[in-house]
Amino acid sequence: MKEELNTLEQTVLNDYKYGFVTDIDTDIVPKGINETLIRLIWAKKNEPDWMLDWRLKAYTQWQKMEEPKWPNVTYPAINYQDIIYYAAPKQKGQLKGLDELDPELRRTFEKLGISLDEQKRLSGVAVDVVMDSVSVATSFKKQLSEIGVIFCSMSEAIQQHPELVKKYLGSVVPMTDNYFAALNAAVFTDGSFCFIPKSVRCPMELSTYFRINAENSGQFERTLIIAEDDSYVSYLEGCTAPMRDENQLHAAVVELVALSKAEIKYSTVQNWYPGDKEGHGGIYNFVTKRGICIGEHSKISWTQVETGSAITWKYPSVILKGDGSIGEFYSIALTNNHQQADTGTKMIHLGKNTKSRIVSKGISAGYSNNSYRGLVRAGKGATNARNYSQCDSLLLGDKCGANTFPYIEVKNTTAVVEHEATTSKIGEDQLFYCKQRGIDTETAVALIVNGFAKEVMNQLPMEFAVEAQKLLAINLEGSVG
Amino acid sequence: MLSIKNIHAAIEGKQILNGINLEIKPGEVHAIMGPNGSGKSTLALVLAGREEYEITQGMVTFSGKDLLEMSPEDRAREGLFIAFQYPVEIPGVSTTNFIKTAVNEKRKYHGQEALDAVAFLKLMKEKMALVNMDQSLLSRSINEGFSGGEKKRNEIFQMAMLEPKLAILDETDSGLDIDALRVVAKGVNELRHKDRAILIITHYQRLLDYLQPDFVHVLYNGRIVRSGGKELALELEEKGYDFIKDEIGLTAGVQAGIN
Amino acid sequence: MVDVNHFKDRFKQLQSASPDGQIARIRLKGFDTFSKTGLPAPRNEEWKYTSISGLFNDKEYHFAADDGQPVFTRSDLDAIRLPGHQGANELVFVNGWFMPMLSAIRSPDDQLTVLPLEDAAKGIYKKQIKEHLGQSSRYIKDGIHALNTSFIYGGVFIHVAKRRELQYPVYLYHLSDAREHHTLCQPRSLIYMEEGSKMQLVETFKTIGTSDSFTNQVMEIVVNNNALIEYYKIQNDAANASQVSTTHIRQIGRGYAHAVTITLNGGIIRNNMNLILEAAGNEAHLYGLYMLKGHTHADNHTLVDNREPGCLSNQLYKGIVDDNATGVFNGKIMVQPQAQKTNAYQSNKNILLSDNAGINTKPQLEIFADDVKCSHGCTVGQLDETALFYLRTRGIPIENARAMLLEAFTEDILDQVKPKLLRKHVKQLIREHLSIKK
Repeated sequence: MKEELNTLEQTVLNDYKYGFVTDIDTDIVPKGINETLIRLIWAKKNEPDWMLDWRLKAYTQWQKMEEPKWPNVTYPAINYQDIIYYAAPKQKGQLKGLDELDPELRRTFEKLGISLDEQKRLSGVAVDVVMDSVSVATSFKKQLSEIGVIFCSMSEAIQQHPELVKKYLGSVVPMTDNYFAALNAAVFTDGSFCFIPKSVRCPMELSTYFRINAENSGQFERTLIIAEDDSYVSYLEGCTAPMRDENQLHAAVVELVALSKAEIKYSTVQNWYPGDKEGHGGIYNFVTKRGICIGEHSKISWTQVETGSAITWKYPSVILKGDGSIGEFYSIALTNNHQQADTGTKMIHLGKNTKSRIVSKGISAGYSNNSYRGLVRAGKGATNARNYSQCDSLLLGDKCGANTFPYIEVKNTTAVVEHEATTSKIGEDQLFYCKQRGIDTETAVALIVNGFAKEVMNQLPMEFAVEAQKLLAINLEGSVG
Repeated sequence: MLSIKNIHAAIEGKQILNGINLEIKPGEVHAIMGPNGSGKSTLALVLAGREEYEITQGMVTFSGKDLLEMSPEDRAREGLFIAFQYPVEIPGVSTTNFIKTAVNEKRKYHGQEALDAVAFLKLMKEKMALVNMDQSLLSRSINEGFSGGEKKRNEIFQMAMLEPKLAILDETDSGLDIDALRVVAKGVNELRHKDRAILIITHYQRLLDYLQPDFVHVLYNGRIVRSGGKELALELEEKGYDFIKDEIGLTAGVQAGIN
Repeated sequence: MVDVNHFKDRFKQLQSASPDGQIARIRLKGFDTFSKTGLPAPRNEEWKYTSISGLFNDKEYHFAADDGQPVFTRSDLDAIRLPGHQGANELVFVNGWFMPMLSAIRSPDDQLTVLPLEDAAKGIYKKQIKEHLGQSSRYIKDGIHALNTSFIYGGVFIHVAKRRELQYPVYLYHLSDAREHHTLCQPRSLIYMEEGSKMQLVETFKTIGTSDSFTNQVMEIVVNNNALIEYYKIQNDAANASQVSTTHIRQIGRGYAHAVTITLNGGIIRNNMNLILEAAGNEAHLYGLYMLKGHTHADNHTLVDNREPGCLSNQLYKGIVDDNATGVFNGKIMVQPQAQKTNAYQSNKNILLSDNAGINTKPQLEIFADDVKCSHGCTVGQLDETALFYLRTRGIPIENARAMLLEAFTEDILDQVKPKLLRKHVKQLIREHLSIKK
C-alpha cells in the first residue's frame, strides 16, 4: 500500500508534442554580439537611421549593466557571444499574400495547430506568426485595416508607421529598464505591432504565435500594443520550440499603452520547451512585459498560463497612472521536473481611485521550484487605491519548492491593500474520493489542479482555455502515480 | 455478490477488524449497526480500498473477483459505491464536471462510448429529481460550501448516476434533520433494485425506519456479534448497545455471523 | 561612510586585552565578516526598506570602553524600572555592558544563574557557550550583526535550571549614556533554558542625554524539551535612540516560545526575531505591535524556520503608522523538506494615518515540503469608517472615537502580554501614545 503512495512522487518524462524541427533554409548570421551585428540587423531590416541610434545606445548601456541576481533561480552563466542573434527562414522576397508562404512553413504551423488559412481558421482570430527572428505571416490584415486596426509585424510597423513606433517604442519599458530589456532593445528582430484607433472595439482576437526553430539561436522579439481612447482589444500569445539539449534564450519585451477608457486584455499560454526530465535543455524565458494605463478609466488585464521553459523570469506589470484605471494579473504557473519559475507582477498605483487585482496560482511538481514575486505600490497620489492579491501554491510531492515574495509599499492613507496566500497539497481524502468514483489518480490530479486554477482559466478566451487545460494535464503527466 | 471471509484489518498497527464474515446477495438490503469505535466505518473504507488500512487476514470477493486485489477506482468501476460519511470538498471542480468524468471513466472501463453532452444532461436531470437536488449545486464546486443535507443528497445523486451493484451508505443519516433524512431515504428507496444490494452502516435505527433492511448485523470490537432481521434493530433501539455487550460477555469466545 | 579602520583599532585592543579562547575566536570570525561586508546597504534584500548607514554618517560613536563605568544616579535607573520590579530579577546593562553591581538576582541559585559571558565560558557552562554562542551568525550574515559579534564583551549568560519555573520574571534594563557624546552599545546575551524550565523575560531600553545612541543587540535563546520562554521587548525610547535588535530563539527540544515585541518610540529600529524550530512538534507564537509617530522608522523582520516535522507557529503583527513614520514588516516562513505536517500562519495588519507615513510589508513563504498548511495574509488600510460613524452618532467626538478604535485595534496583541502588571503598564503606554486620558 505504501508503494502506491510513493508513486505520488515519481516523475517521468513529459510528452512535449511540439519538439520537432522544421527543415527549412535559414538565413543566419554568425554567433556573437557586437556593434557590427547590430548594424547588420539594422541593415537587414532596412530600418531608418533613428533605429540604429536607438539600438546602439541600448547596446552601449547593456554592456555596462549586470545580469540580475535576485531571482530565485539558478543556471550556468550565459555566454552571450555563443548565441545566434538573427535567424530567418528564407523566403522569396516580400509576400503578397499568405498563399505565397513556403509550404514547409505552412505545414509546420499546421502541425502546431495554427492554420494560416483564413477560411479554415476559426473566425475571430487573426494571427501573426513569428519564426525565429522574423514574422513570416499575418492573417486577416486586410479586414482589420478596413476598420483602422493596424496589426502587422514590428518590422513592417517601423517601415509603415514610424511616427507611432517612434512615439511609443520604449515608452513603457525604457531601453535600460533591466539587463534583458536592454539586450532586447539592441538586437530585437521582429515581433507584433497592434494599433487600435479611437472608439474601435477590435472584432477579433489578435494573436501572435512564436516559434523558435533554428539551433543555437536566441529569440528577441518586441511587441507593442496601443489602444486609443475608448477602444478594446484582446490579444493572445502562444509559443513553442523544438527539443534541444542546449538552452536557448528568449528575451522579449512587450509594451502596452491604454489611453482613456481603453481596455487591453493580454493572454499568454507559454509552452516553450521545458527541457528533459533531468533538466537538460529548455528555453530561458527572460521577458519584460509592462503596460501603462495612461488614460483615465483605462484597463489592462494580463492573464498567463506558464507551463513551459526551463526557467521563467517575468513580471507582467501595470502602471496605473490614469485616474480610475484598473490593472489585473491572473496567473497559473506550473513547474515540473527541474523547471524553475520566478514570476509575478507589479501594480504601481499612481492615479486616484485606481484598482488592481492579482490572482496567482502556482503548482510545483517533481524537483521544480516555483516562486511568486510581486510588488504592489500605492504612491502618495494614489487616493483610494485598492488592491487585492491572492497567491495560492499547490505542491505535488516533497522534492519541489513553492515560494511567495510579495512586496507591499503604501504611501497613501486612503489606500487599501490586501494580500492573502496559502500553500497546500492535494489531500489524500480528495484523491480517494475521486478514486471511489472510478476516476484514476492521474485524471483526479488533473481535475483537482484544474479546479485549483479555475479562477484564472475563467479569464482566458474560450479557445485558449481549452488548450491551457490540456496543457496543464499534459505537463502534469507522470508527476503523480 | 459480496462475500467477506474472516477479514482482519489494522491501521497504524492497531487492529480494528477482527474477523468479519458477511454474505450479501443481489437485491438484499443489509444494515450494520454498532456503537462508536466498533469498526463500522473501517469496514466501509476497507471495502472501498483506502490505502491506510492494512488487511492482515481474510478475503473479499465481489461478483466473483478478488476485491482486495483491485485498485479503488477499479472497485468503483466494477460497481462498488460508497456514500461517504464526510464527503470531501474539492475547490474549483464543478459537480457536473466531476460526475461526468466519473460516469465516463466507468463507461470506458466497460468498453462503452462516452456519453455525449445531451445524453449526459438528460441523465442528470432525471436523477436529480430523485433526491430533489437543486440545479444550482451542479455548477458549484463539489461539496464546497454545501450544507450537511446537500452533501448527503449529492452522495445519493452520485449513486443514482453511477448505478452501482453494491452501494454502501456510511452513516448517511448523521447530521441530517428529519426532512432531509426523508428526502435521502426516498432517493435510496427508489434506487432499490433486484440486481442491486445496499449495505447501510449506521449507529441509529431511524434511517432503518425508512429503508427496511432485510438483515441487521451488530458489529462490536471489530466482529459481527449478532445477526437477525429488522426486528433486531428495534431491539437495539429499545435496549441500547449495552445489552449486546452484556450478552457477548456471557457468550465470550462465541462468534456470531451468518455463513 | 563607516570607517572600518576605526573599528579595527578597537577590535585589536579588545582582542589583546581579552584574548580569551572561545569568545575571542567567535569575535575574530565576526570581525572577518564585518570587514568583508561592511554595513548592510539597501541592495541587500534583507535591508531593502531600512537604511542604517545614515546613522554612521559623520558621526563618531563612543564605545562603552571609552569611559570605564559611567555613573548613573538611582533616579536614572528608577525611571526605567518596570512595574513589579520589587519581585523581579533585575539585570542592568549600561552602554551595552552587563553591570552586576547594579543588578539584583532574587531567584534562588538552584533556579537561576546569571554570569558575565566571559566567566561562563570558563566555568561549568563552558559547554553551553561553546555549542550555542554565535549560532545566530548562521542565519544573519550581514555586517551589523557581525559588528556585534566582533565586540562580544561584557555580555551575560542566563541559565534556568532543569524543571525550575522562575517565580520572579527577569527584567533587562538597557541604559545608554548619550549625555556627552554619541554612544554605541552592543549588548550580547545567551540564555539557556534547560529541560522543563520556565521563564518570563522582559527587556526595555532608555537613553539618557540628547546625543544619539545606537544599540546593536544580539540575544540568543536556547530552549530545551518542555521548556517555556515568554519574551517581551518594550521599545519606548527617545527619537535619538536607534537600534538593531536581534532575538534568535532556537527550540532544540520540543518546547514552547511566546514572544511579543512592542515598539512605540525611537529613531530607526530594526528587530530581527528568529525562531528556529529544530525539534519535532515545537510550538511558537510571535506577536508584535508597532505604533509609530514622528519620524520613527520601525522594521520588524521575523523568520520562522521549520526544520523538523509537526511544528506549529503563529505570527500576528499589527501596526499603526502616523506622521512621517515608516513601518516595515518582513515575515519569512521557511519549511524545510523534512518538516512535513508543518502548520505555519502569519498575519500582518496595518493602519496608515498620514500621507507622509508609509508602510512596506513583505510576507514571504519558502516551502519545500508538500504536506503542510501555511498561510499568510496582510492588509494595509484605514479605520473602519462605519464604526467611526457609529461612535459619532452616539455623541463621541471624532478624536476620541478614533482613539477608541485604534486602542481596540491593539487589543489582541496586548492580550498576549501575559504578566498582569506588565500588561497594565503597556496598556497605559499605548493610551498615552494615543493621547487617551486615564
